[in-house]
Amino acid sequence: MNLHEFQSKDLLSSYGIPVPPGRSATSATEARAAAAALGGDAWMVKAQVHAGGRGKAGGVKRADSLDEVSALAGQMLGTRLVTRQTTAEGQPVSTILVESTSDIEREFYLGLLVDRSQRRIAIMASAAGGMEIEEVAATDPGKIITEFLDPAAGLQPFQMRRIGFALGLNSEGRKQLAGILAGLVRLFVEKDLGMLELNPLVITTSSELLALDAKINIDDNALFRHPDLREFDDPSQQDEKEVRAKRFDLNYITLDGNIACMVNGAGLAMGTMDIIKLHGGEPANFLDVGGGTDAEKVSEAFKLITSDPNVKAILVNIFGGIVRCDLIAEGIIKAVRETGVEIPVVVRLEGTNVERGRELLAKSGLAVIPAESLADAAEKAVAAAR
Amino acid sequence: MSILVDEHTRVICQGFTGRQGTFHSEQAIAYGTNLVGGVTPGRGGAEHLGRPVFDTVHDAARETGANASMIYVPAAFAADAILEAAAAGVRVIACITEGIPVLDMLKVRAALTRYPDTRLIGPNCPGIITPGACKMGIMPGHIHAKGCIGIVSRSGTLTYEAVHQTTGCGLGQSTCIGIGGDPIHGMSFIDCLSLFESDPDTRGIVMVGEIGGNAEEDAARFITTEVSKPVVAYIAGVTAPPGRRMGHAGAIISGGKGTAEAKYEALDAAGVRTVRSAAGIGAAIRALVDA
Repeated sequence: MNLHEFQSKDLLSSYGIPVPPGRSATSATEARAAAAALGGDAWMVKAQVHAGGRGKAGGVKRADSLDEVSALAGQMLGTRLVTRQTTAEGQPVSTILVESTSDIEREFYLGLLVDRSQRRIAIMASAAGGMEIEEVAATDPGKIITEFLDPAAGLQPFQMRRIGFALGLNSEGRKQLAGILAGLVRLFVEKDLGMLELNPLVITTSSELLALDAKINIDDNALFRHPDLREFDDPSQQDEKEVRAKRFDLNYITLDGNIACMVNGAGLAMGTMDIIKLHGGEPANFLDVGGGTDAEKVSEAFKLITSDPNVKAILVNIFGGIVRCDLIAEGIIKAVRETGVEIPVVVRLEGTNVERGRELLAKSGLAVIPAESLADAAEKAVAAAR
Repeated sequence: MSILVDEHTRVICQGFTGRQGTFHSEQAIAYGTNLVGGVTPGRGGAEHLGRPVFDTVHDAARETGANASMIYVPAAFAADAILEAAAAGVRVIACITEGIPVLDMLKVRAALTRYPDTRLIGPNCPGIITPGACKMGIMPGHIHAKGCIGIVSRSGTLTYEAVHQTTGCGLGQSTCIGIGGDPIHGMSFIDCLSLFESDPDTRGIVMVGEIGGNAEEDAARFITTEVSKPVVAYIAGVTAPPGRRMGHAGAIISGGKGTAEAKYEALDAAGVRTVRSAAGIGAAIRALVDA
């Protein structure tokens, strides 16, 4: 689960990590009041969307008067922000963050994540702040320092010193950094984060370290033990169909092609997308209906994939292991009847009770195209979509 | 022959009396697995599916001599279940449970270094099966056939696909292991490849990978110097968009790393016979093992 910047900063703040004074707002009036309450004579107005690249896309602007704050907030709210990390439709802006401005001396990058090959939490830091870390890694990997947390000993002072020296901080700065690092590690572990990025972390002209921007991702699998964090979920930032799919416990991701797929198992679902492409077609989605699928789930899955107007054909690929093919066939028949699907549906069934399943489909009187194998299914689906 | 489990393996089930544990224990027994009992805390002394129930894995191991466990407990309790099995001296632990928090698995992996003889399979995996001898997991037993191909895979249904094809072309399987779709898991491709390499009855190996991480690249390097048997590899996710988690927690291309293309490249360079179609696995290994 991704958090908005203002949510991330609330969390950081509660762990003692310094962030600029700021308030979130959902209307121009609220924004103006927020700025007035913060005081000063200049503010940053920042669109809250789940995507990077906001600055260049006009989602982060400076205001030098309260009128300007409310004008900027009015312009941003209710629109969709298109950045290089979003789709062409962009992300809706329903909240903005009003912050006091900071006088920046230098910018850094600081990130925490779980390194899968080291099987430890990694802290990455770089003096090249404000740039995407992937870009720094590709062009100038020497600029990145990585420290791994020992699972038993935790973050050690020497590691904090190494990062501090690598960032060119003086003794006062290194002291502040040590406090920040300790807080970040505690936050990461206690709240089950998947990723945390301060980009940039800045040092101000008055020598204070400050998290100017923050991005936090929480491990979905750990949300069961963080009911408080669930409230941060913002479905408006996610694809509408993907949100709908989640409600039915379906794993769905929208893609650009015109052949919809419905598959059991994540790996086979990817394999099905790949084989469609291999036969010259383009998959319209990733959809894993899971192992314990039933007729209702199959029916919901059908409604979901057929709601995409680009879809010209459907490929159903089910390897019935524990799930019986005859039950899947019944689900398909019900779904095709209920949804009144008019585009070709190619079905490949394999596994338990496959003969019975195929027979049910053949006898249903529906224009379902049976496939003999995975390759056959892909060929037929690609041909049907043409 | 086989690796890790065979007809002599004494298997218990953790989460034995739960819905999943019950169903898959029944299936395991019907397949002929030597299931010697199960564990459900607070239900010790009872009988379930004609087998004894124990309160703790220590009790079960002591009373039944169990040396393998399959775990079907909910995600919130799975890390604890794995470590309980390890502490009780269980050698092969197959954790089927999906959705375990990543930080829990970090702790599990760190703690397991104290049990060098314990092998953890999964989590978030179909388990392990030696056809005709021992089924510890959720895979449909009947698609398997006793034979000479070792299969190791990060995905469940793609494993079934590989099994179906190797059964179809008459080769069958020595042992099939689903190592799981989570970013932090137990046995790696390399661990399994190494066991298959020394198993006299495994004549060829099928490896099924997917996007995310660099386990396939590591395996490719290992194969170059350490594996003499023919290896066929398929990688799922050539069409997966970057930055999106494709069902499995570990299946994500992040920062340009973990693409299917990079994995194919590494495996090709290692002399592995790669197939771009999931439908071509059986024919590819048949051609190599015949030759």
